[in-house]
Amino acid sequence: MATTETGPRFARLHGRFERRAIRFALAILIVISAGGLVEIAPLFALENTVEKVAGMRPYTPLELAGRGVYIREGCYVCHSQQIRPFRDEVERYGPYSLAAESMYDHPFQWGSKRTGPDLARLGARYSDDWHVRHLINPRDVVPASIMPPYGFLAATPPPTERIERLMRTHRTVGVPYTEAQLANARADLLAQADPESDGAGLAGRYPKSQQRNYDGRPGLTEMDALVAYLQMLGTLAEFDWRRPNPEWVR
Amino acid sequence: MSATTTQAVAQSDMEPAPDYDDDVVRLFILAAVFWALVGMSMGVFIAAQMVWPALNVEPWFSFGRLRPVHTSGVVFAFGGNAVIGTSLYCVQRTCRARLPGRFAAEFVFWGYQLFIVLAALGYVMGVTQSREYAEPEWLTDLWLAVVWLTYLGLFVGTLLKRREPHIYVANWYYLAFIVAVTVLHVVNNLAVPLAWNESNSVSLFGGVQDAMTEWWYGHNAVGFFLTAGFLGVMYYYLPKQADAPIWSYRLSIISFWSLVFMYMWAGPHHLHYTSLPDWVQTLGMTFTIMLWMPSWASALNGFMTASGRWDRLRTDPVLRFMILAVVFYAVATFEGPFMGVRTVNGLSHYTEWTISHVHSGALGWNGFIVFGAIYYLVPRIWGRPGMYSRAALEWHFWLGLAGIMLYVTAMWGAGVMQGLMWRAYTSLGFLKYSFLDTVIAAKPYYAMRLLGGLLYLSGAVIMAWNVWRTVREPLLAPTPAAVPAE
Repeated sequence: MATTETGPRFARLHGRFERRAIRFALAILIVISAGGLVEIAPLFALENTVEKVAGMRPYTPLELAGRGVYIREGCYVCHSQQIRPFRDEVERYGPYSLAAESMYDHPFQWGSKRTGPDLARLGARYSDDWHVRHLINPRDVVPASIMPPYGFLAATPPPTERIERLMRTHRTVGVPYTEAQLANARADLLAQADPESDGAGLAGRYPKSQQRNYDGRPGLTEMDALVAYLQMLGTLAEFDWRRPNPEWVR
Repeated sequence: MSATTTQAVAQSDMEPAPDYDDDVVRLFILAAVFWALVGMSMGVFIAAQMVWPALNVEPWFSFGRLRPVHTSGVVFAFGGNAVIGTSLYCVQRTCRARLPGRFAAEFVFWGYQLFIVLAALGYVMGVTQSREYAEPEWLTDLWLAVVWLTYLGLFVGTLLKRREPHIYVANWYYLAFIVAVTVLHVVNNLAVPLAWNESNSVSLFGGVQDAMTEWWYGHNAVGFFLTAGFLGVMYYYLPKQADAPIWSYRLSIISFWSLVFMYMWAGPHHLHYTSLPDWVQTLGMTFTIMLWMPSWASALNGFMTASGRWDRLRTDPVLRFMILAVVFYAVATFEGPFMGVRTVNGLSHYTEWTISHVHSGALGWNGFIVFGAIYYLVPRIWGRPGMYSRAALEWHFWLGLAGIMLYVTAMWGAGVMQGLMWRAYTSLGFLKYSFLDTVIAAKPYYAMRLLGGLLYLSGAVIMAWNVWRTVREPLLAPTPAAVPAE
């Protein structure tokens, strides 16, 4: 057994640390801090980390409620929302994902596994009816699917009373909800799933929001909210992916 | 006991032992065995759900809610209890000092179990932050922070009380595990609760910054929870079982500091080709490849410690568990840097290959090193001459190994197949397969994986039975003198 009194200099130097518990713990703390400081901190400071993309807006109250269902049920465990710049992914799922498209996602939902397909550009690909049937029992529309059923969503009311608080908390962490959006949170949530209501306010506050009865049944449920979220995915950003903005390729 | 045994370890056996606090160690070991059964059963169940989707019982027992029960159950409940328990045994002996506080030790134990139960109940009821391996919500996170800082105090307090000039190598790793997990846990869980009486919170960071923070955490949950903590187990229990000193002290110093430094940079390899800026991806990839060196240095130190005693692998199943664990550590830490290369990751990411990699590490390295440590500890802390059944040790070993091989190869097959099918083109330039084709093609592999998991779980059940019988067995012989008094 080598002792620290002999041997190379670094071993003697190390003796000064391994005889001092607090010093050793602090040395560990300093050494482990480097990686995070260099890799994470600049992402908040460098302006080109998130490129500017037209069309991005905070989620409507109904979409945000649907996103809450998506998070709660652990959809990210099997579905990614991040298309990589590969020929096959772009042809299968659509243009590759841009950082701006998840800039209002607290937390992000990029996922890490594709037991099922990527959902970053799922919106407007299937009908509402397909989504509802698929969520109630995936094997009714895709016989070979191994996805769990989520029929209970059609009998569960969305968090209508908590929606404003949820949006306010999002504003606290930096999502730019306006006072008008917060003040009308509950009304907008109800209006988006009700084609009979006046949608002018909703459409004004949330461009490209889609107002309809998503599950085709009376009453507002989490099914409406989740389908509204899924039908929005990937439909907001406006860019011509075949001709990149010259500012991005400086 | 060999006279050349590592300084601190040898002295603890030669001089009269202080009255160590092993009550809490016994609790942690029993909890580790219990949670091993829970976490692994949950793994087998969700593997079965992927074969028979009818097993998804909505809303509480669907795959999406149960998957974190499995991952947290195995990593934090089984692994966490095992590492904390073994660390408290090791630190007392290598410092020749008793834990500073009886109440603090019991608080860490019961507090940690409460954390596990709160987290698991939360997942099943849909309370989650959706951050992989950090799913518990803010209140549970705060509770864990309190428990964890108490554990830090308990561990450092023992180090400060030590009657040995040096802090033994295993304790460096345990200390790095405790300190780094504190930092990772706090930073990754920064969130704003909806209200003080609401279970949900909103992540402080969003989008690309949030993704980087989460995978900085996620990768280092592997680096510091599943690597540093378990290397602490290896550095104490392997030399003890092999009855030999650690091969190289200098290599320990080099590999320790380079491992601790480099791991923290490797997170971006979970985000290759995403919207994360390229410079971060490249930096992460570079450190990922470099990380191969300290990993293999640690593995080498483990192998060489057993050098000259290879014949005992035939006769000593406990040493065999530990050595095989180091083999899997070496395999997984080679595969990791390979998968961290951006172009390889382009194929492997999002596929079952990742699942294969994780399980060769978790089942092979983490599982087997802990099984070895449990078999080393149980007779000693309960004052028994040995484990109740030697045959059960052999059964556990071979069932476990067969389970790992089946699991890992099934998921390799599935993963490489998925990656290749997703990017396959026909001669006319169209995508050859629909996504659904790849789901159907993976089904036989999912069934194979289920079988592998069942074999591994049955080994763990045998261990639980063996531990129980050892603990319950009336004392046949007086406690060996070398074993510290209870």
